[in-house]
Amino acid sequence: MKNKYKPKVAFFDFTSCEGCQLTVLDALQDHLDVLKAIEIVQFREAMTEKGEDYSIAFIEGSCSRPNDETRLKEIRDQAAIVVALGACAHLGGVNSLKYLHSLDATRSYVYGDQAAWFDTADARPIEAVIPVDYAIPGCPIDRFEFIGFIKALLLGKKHAIPDYPVCVECKLKENACLFTKGQVCMGPVTRAGCGAICPSFGQPCEACRGFISNANDASFQDLLGSYGLTIDDVLKRYTMFTTYQVRKSLLRRENGGA
Amino acid sequence: MAVHKRIEVHHVTRVEGHGNIVLEMADGQLKDCRFEVIEAPRFFEAMLRGRSYLEASHIASRICGICSTGHAITSLQATEKALAVQLSQQTILLRKLALYGEILDSHILHVYMLVAPDFLGVGSVIPMVSTHREVVLRALRMKKLAGDICAAITGRHTHPIAMTVGGFTHFPKIYELEQLYKRIESASSDVDATIELFAALSWPEFARETEYVSLTHPDEYAFISGDIVTSDGSYFRVEDYLSLTNEYIVPYSTAKYTRNNRDSYMVGALARFNNNYDRLTPRARDSASTLGLVSKVTNPYLNSAAQIVEIVHCMDESLRIIRELLERGISFEEPAKVSIEQSEGVGACEVPRGLLIHHYWIGSDGCLTDANCVIPTNQNIANIEADMRELVPQISFKPPESVQMDLEMLVRAYDPCISCSVHVLDLTKTYEE
Repeated sequence: MKNKYKPKVAFFDFTSCEGCQLTVLDALQDHLDVLKAIEIVQFREAMTEKGEDYSIAFIEGSCSRPNDETRLKEIRDQAAIVVALGACAHLGGVNSLKYLHSLDATRSYVYGDQAAWFDTADARPIEAVIPVDYAIPGCPIDRFEFIGFIKALLLGKKHAIPDYPVCVECKLKENACLFTKGQVCMGPVTRAGCGAICPSFGQPCEACRGFISNANDASFQDLLGSYGLTIDDVLKRYTMFTTYQVRKSLLRRENGGA
Repeated sequence: MAVHKRIEVHHVTRVEGHGNIVLEMADGQLKDCRFEVIEAPRFFEAMLRGRSYLEASHIASRICGICSTGHAITSLQATEKALAVQLSQQTILLRKLALYGEILDSHILHVYMLVAPDFLGVGSVIPMVSTHREVVLRALRMKKLAGDICAAITGRHTHPIAMTVGGFTHFPKIYELEQLYKRIESASSDVDATIELFAALSWPEFARETEYVSLTHPDEYAFISGDIVTSDGSYFRVEDYLSLTNEYIVPYSTAKYTRNNRDSYMVGALARFNNNYDRLTPRARDSASTLGLVSKVTNPYLNSAAQIVEIVHCMDESLRIIRELLERGISFEEPAKVSIEQSEGVGACEVPRGLLIHHYWIGSDGCLTDANCVIPTNQNIANIEADMRELVPQISFKPPESVQMDLEMLVRAYDPCISCSVHVLDLTKTYEE
């Protein structure tokens, strides 16, 4: 292995909990072989060494401050491949819950009279700022999917994430459908790839991996209606991780400024 | 001519989240010394408003990737206090086990991967794979075990799934618990080797007594229940936490500061150790003497050593809880019933970095109308700065690189979790919808 070319990889974080980077550490600890095949040049959470000559950039977190944009563009200029790591970078994730309230109201609710000291804008997925080559969805990412992604990249193959709903994986696991237990689950419209982990542990899917490209929304909304859900209930189901995606259609709200 | 020295460390590495150290000296006098939290504000309290009580713990766990289980449990406690939910003994045991798993995971990550490189003269755990292979492999084994404890109970280590208001939606199988038991038992030699490794390190010498704050409980080393106690003699029920925290804001930081009897106080492993030493397991107390810790410990660098004592304690306690669960058997019980009414509740846990409080107000429709979270790292920032102000004059004769190294190690010893600390709330409710 010694003399072979190793791609230089860097990890960056914006507005997030850093849980996806921790999942990366957890994934790599079982795959020291993968760790040997790459060279990590930047990973602030885990290391002091810092290199700027990376070709692959993994980005966790949403863009939520004006200076985040500058940093994202610098990363894009350097990296040949940019990967959105997890729901915050991929979709906006829980950070985009802010769209449900006005920005000024949110800021003054948290920081009171001193709100003006703190700089924030609406949280956006990084694709709203720079072109993104791949996304590894989920809150947090799935460690097996991450390892699969790296291996595909090292082999020069294109990594494909499923474009069928969570229900497919849930059925394969032979889980009892949560709708039959009177619960409401986002599985029918949400992108699979997580192994239907939440329904498998007794909790409804919350769409952290985003929507599939050809979701049958009309039928799904009929289904939700048949469970007696009000518009407000439906809105809540669509605004856990995916508020940014539905902000125009369901919330009639555009991006706000800083 | 004035000799001006300025040290700025932007984005301190090997900590969770973004923080800067700024230090300014003129003519040997300390002019300015700050630990700036520059993480993007995240506004979780505002985002919790209007959400169902059933979703609150799912949102709250996203505050932090490292202590997501602690946030989820504290969030559930706040909701359950508000809605007067009574938990079964099994639920309490399972939650404790999940929290011990997280304390273990976080402490192992911190002492081995974030702190140890400073002592072994490397920039990170990655070069340690070649220089200290056995140490790294041991750390990975222990960390994997800790993560697997969490995953067996809650489905996933980061952002737990199976915990809900009033109980659980999934239960570990008997054979999973038996396997965990065996693995924890056989990790005993790894725990001994950990104590041996860190007992041989020479920690930086520094002492500054402060007020140590933690939960306390008459029957156990408190992590998941109890009242708030301080080493200066204050005692609060968790509902009265505002009398402890006295939060305030400074312009250079997105986190809030706290103070009680002094200008600052400390939470975390060292505070728990100082306040609750006699309720550690015998093996944990033995490890403390091997590590040279005698309560009350006033050297903040030894917070990492106190974490090792807690690793021993949590391993012992995890075994005891699994034994108890196996003796009782696992019952697939439904979550406790909830009756929704307008109410408020406070939850408090000791998470890896210290005392965590969630306070929720719930409306008659079951949605949160207000929320307040007090985060361990916030409570420590004023204390970190007070330590720096006392430490810098003692080390100012050293070259700037060494001063910088000492300060970075000090910040790292507190194991700051900065993502956590930046959603802070002013309780003066100036905002009306």
